[in-house]
Amino acid sequence: MNRSTAALRQPLWQRWWPLAASAALIVFVGATLQLMIEGGLVSPFVISPPLEVVRSIPQLFLEENLTGLFLLTLGVTFAATAIAAIIGIPSGWFLFRYREFGNAYESWLGALFSAPIILLYPLFLVIMGRGLPAVMAMSILVGVIPIVLNTYNGLRGVPKVLPNVARSFGMPEPQIFWKVLLPAALPLIFTGVRLALIYTMINVVAMEFLISLGGLGFLVGDLYDRYELPEMYAAVLFVILASILFFSGINRLERWLTHQ
Amino acid sequence: MRAPVSGSLPRFWRITIIRVATIAAVWLVYEAAARSNLFFEGVVPSSLLVIKAVFATLADPSFYPHLGQTAVEVVMGFLIGTATGLATGVAFGMSSVLSRALNPWVYYLAPAPKIIFLPILMLLFGVGMGSKIAIAAISAFFPVAVSTYAGMMQVKGIYLRVAAAFNASRWQTITKVYIPSLVGPVTTSLRLALGVAFIGTLLAEIKLSNLGLGHLIIQHYNFLRIPEMYAALLITFVLAIMANAFMGWLAEQFEYERGN
Repeated sequence: MNRSTAALRQPLWQRWWPLAASAALIVFVGATLQLMIEGGLVSPFVISPPLEVVRSIPQLFLEENLTGLFLLTLGVTFAATAIAAIIGIPSGWFLFRYREFGNAYESWLGALFSAPIILLYPLFLVIMGRGLPAVMAMSILVGVIPIVLNTYNGLRGVPKVLPNVARSFGMPEPQIFWKVLLPAALPLIFTGVRLALIYTMINVVAMEFLISLGGLGFLVGDLYDRYELPEMYAAVLFVILASILFFSGINRLERWLTHQ
Repeated sequence: MRAPVSGSLPRFWRITIIRVATIAAVWLVYEAAARSNLFFEGVVPSSLLVIKAVFATLADPSFYPHLGQTAVEVVMGFLIGTATGLATGVAFGMSSVLSRALNPWVYYLAPAPKIIFLPILMLLFGVGMGSKIAIAAISAFFPVAVSTYAGMMQVKGIYLRVAAAFNASRWQTITKVYIPSLVGPVTTSLRLALGVAFIGTLLAEIKLSNLGLGHLIIQHYNFLRIPEMYAALLITFVLAIMANAFMGWLAEQFEYERGN
């Protein structure tokens, strides 16, 4: 609230100059690179001339099926996160309900959360084959940990007084869970799902790139292997742009959901 | 303190029993899977074979050049990434023009999948050590830059006004006011930075290299030396967890010093 009203009071140029500065920066870097390449300072076989990169964009959509690959990556990310939430939220509740299990597993989950799970991908490849199931299984594993942890911590963080009031009014236990505990824990659960989306997305793109299979990650690796440099630079920029839109989108969604 | 809810055993023992039982159950399920014919032959080797392969790997002198290569890449990348990250965070903290124009880039690029830059880095720095150091540096840069800037923003205004009242130079303000208050957030981010530098290096080695732990893992995978691959993964994973624990310990030491 405060921030948006403060933003409204600012003069227009103060809100827009950072955006203009970013645009100017892009143009400046692009022009510098173009001049350096044309001047022979940088080889066009190392950095593609920005103009060629821009010119290759239509080709990405027309010949490389960029839209389809983008939707594939996005679809796998959302599907894996959805499955991770379906597994993770009840698991977090279980750890909360049966405290000994929560105490026993909490530090393990914390360790797993910071462990480099993606390095285990050759293991998934040999067990599940080099295909979409292996990508899905890894992504679910990566996504489920923050969801379990945040559901558990969210439920634990609900002040005791809330369920106690409900209990003193004779509310039955299942209803206390659905009407009191869960809504109070929801913001933290959302944070868990948001983290899961980010980690899953990184994981999916990395897997696609490494095993040359699937969506955007595959496209970048494939263009590199074919040595189509302008297209490859354009594809990398597209991945960056897509992930920026993705992250700011889920940030906004989370803010909107928790302010309801 | 909560009183024990049920059962006659003390809390500590109930947690320990759950943990031991979980490890035993996971191990039994794994062994059962290894002995069943559910998977392709040899894809899930018995744990005895894996343990034997771990010792064989550690006893093999040809393992250590791989370890050394990875260690050099991770450490070099980590140092370069954290140094530039620190400088960037401090610069953003000192100049609001700089931070408003450039911080959105850092903020939104931070969670993007860095591995996607690997093809570009291979063009720029070659397929050898250079591109691995570069990807480790890029990975380590973002968490440090974001945390340093956040730490700079939390420096209390009154400290700055006191420094100004004593006619502290810009350099003195940095060393006497900013750096002491940055120790906390920065040491925490160093832990994350080392983790992502490690992952970035390993993934780059797995994609394309001729030396390093990632190379070792993917060679075992390509030649279907499955127990050896499990062993190499296990060693890598343990190394990552040890590095993470070391950074955590280091952060605690700083916290402790600050507390005194």
